[in-house]
Amino acid sequence: MTKVYVSSVIPAPAAEVWKLIRDFNGLPGWAPFVAESRIEQNAQADQIGCIRSFTLKDGGRIRERLLALSDYDLSCSYAILESPMAVENYVATLSLTPVTDGNLTLAEWQAEFDCAPDREAALMNQIGAGVFQTALSALKHRFGR
Amino acid sequence: MVKVCQSTIIDAPVDEVWAILRDFNGHDRWHPAIAFSEIEGGETVDAVGSVRHFRLNDGGELREQLLALSDKDRRLSYCLLEAPLPLMGYVASLRLKPVTDTNATFWEWRSEFHPPAHRRDELVRLVTEGIYQAGFAAVRDLLRGRTGSMRVETRPPRTAAPSTSAPPIVSKVPASRAETTRAIVVGRYGGPQELRLGEIALPPPASDEVRIRHTVIGVNFIDVYCRTGFFDLLRLPGVPGMEAAGIIEALGPAVSGFSVGDRVAYACPPVGAYSERRNMAPDLLVRLSGDIPDETAAAGLLKGVTASFLLHDVHAVKRGDIVLIHAAAGGIGQLLVQWACHLGATVIATVSSDDKARIVERLGAHHVIVYSRENFAEAVVRLTAGRGADVAYDAVGNDTFAGSLASLAVRGHLVSFGQASGPVGDWDIGRFASKSLTISRPNYAHYTDTPEKLAPHVTSFFQALRQGVVRIETPTRYDLANAADAHRDLEARRTTGALVLVPQA
Repeated sequence: MTKVYVSSVIPAPAAEVWKLIRDFNGLPGWAPFVAESRIEQNAQADQIGCIRSFTLKDGGRIRERLLALSDYDLSCSYAILESPMAVENYVATLSLTPVTDGNLTLAEWQAEFDCAPDREAALMNQIGAGVFQTALSALKHRFGR
Repeated sequence: MVKVCQSTIIDAPVDEVWAILRDFNGHDRWHPAIAFSEIEGGETVDAVGSVRHFRLNDGGELREQLLALSDKDRRLSYCLLEAPLPLMGYVASLRLKPVTDTNATFWEWRSEFHPPAHRRDELVRLVTEGIYQAGFAAVRDLLRGRTGSMRVETRPPRTAAPSTSAPPIVSKVPASRAETTRAIVVGRYGGPQELRLGEIALPPPASDEVRIRHTVIGVNFIDVYCRTGFFDLLRLPGVPGMEAAGIIEALGPAVSGFSVGDRVAYACPPVGAYSERRNMAPDLLVRLSGDIPDETAAAGLLKGVTASFLLHDVHAVKRGDIVLIHAAAGGIGQLLVQWACHLGATVIATVSSDDKARIVERLGAHHVIVYSRENFAEAVVRLTAGRGADVAYDAVGNDTFAGSLASLAVRGHLVSFGQASGPVGDWDIGRFASKSLTISRPNYAHYTDTPEKLAPHVTSFFQALRQGVVRIETPTRYDLANAADAHRDLEARRTTGALVLVPQA
């Protein structure tokens, strides 16, 4: 089991950041590498079990199932069903925690998955730096820094 | 219940910040409010359960106990045991998380407590600003003062979780075969309102347990500490109470020496006495003879056994001894006065008021000092023509400790068995050489935690009751369902004598 953990401080109140994160179909609105997204089967984007199917700007296609969504904990978990990355049992969680000093937000994004041992380092870098940190940096930028 | 949560970002790697914060005794090196801190009893700072005793710059003294420490989650929890402020049931935790993109640290510090309503805003502000925000700033300053290359060595993790078990709570109507019993359940630490009557599962007794149907349940101040979370004896959700009398209803197959129908009483952990019926190991059960009423046992066993080991084991009081007893109108104080008189000692008692003085005079004390009016140490010296007392029994603590030492004769013995007015502070034992004094700090468990230790004290207490050497006042009775009222009255000092709970038939 491989684990990836990335975190950033977003210069905005947690409730405001959560409005963006909470929309499971909203990746194109803030993640710079996502071109378009839809929810399968006409389900609602906050229905646990719904599947988002989105295309990356490089043409790749990913399907992910919403496993948990908590407006109380400000956290969202999902699993990859299909992707161009050779990963199995991939489950990720994106969660927000308020920073009272300055009214900021700690955003944490972590994933666990299985993969071929020789692919592990490359995948950790691709997911941690290429996906999670890129998206969190975009959030930081969007809210002013 | 108020909750306070403060968090900040510290511009330093998480391991560096954790090395500072995980030292449970290190807060006097960075927090601006704290002058001095030490771990009691020579425990290591990272032993869960260790107690830090510290003094603020304004002179206030506090004791806090480490409840949990995790190097894995970089989290530390603790509770307040004693404080000069009414931060009732204060439990706090702090945790750190790494901010990976800037190599910084997220630090969250949160707590829950019960302030008196009229001081709520003041105390919340004190915790928020005076403790947490001031602490953030101080650690930031500490790190800024260091050179970038300096690293604090982190210690290896060493944690042990405290283990106490609680009966499972049945939230819905149980399956038809499973038995239940009515009990007072604490769902969360807090005020008397958290004592709620509910139905809990009552499994058959384990092979080495008996089932007891309670007839009378004792109420002790330690139950309040369990309810508020001050003491870690009650796991949530759980049933408080450590003293009761009742009848054995069922036996596990491995139990010997007891039969169904036996009348028994106990005064020992684990908690669970605030219930109609419970299962427990029979090791520390006391069999009641026909002449000891259930109510007397439930109201008096803990206090009577305590008085017995204080007068026989901790110090063997003998004829002609001069014995000083503080808080002599209190539950244990009244027993000590009566019993010490019977042993042939000259008893000097101290009390806080004239009403209490009359009670203690009726019990037979030879001299009664109202210490609010008179310096008791000077009075003891005068009453003993300069000799002093052979032994002093002091559960008052901070307010009386120094006077008790001054009251003692050469080779006298101070028995400090409580600290109702606060911890006694730091003393240089070199000073005790001036009179070759002995000091004892006995703990109930160490004198009563095996049948061999307990039995002689139970025997001597019951014997003293039978012979009329000591008398237990008729306790104030409450329905089990109204346990919250009993706690309110106990905490408001509205009662004299013992309090008991009675399950409805």
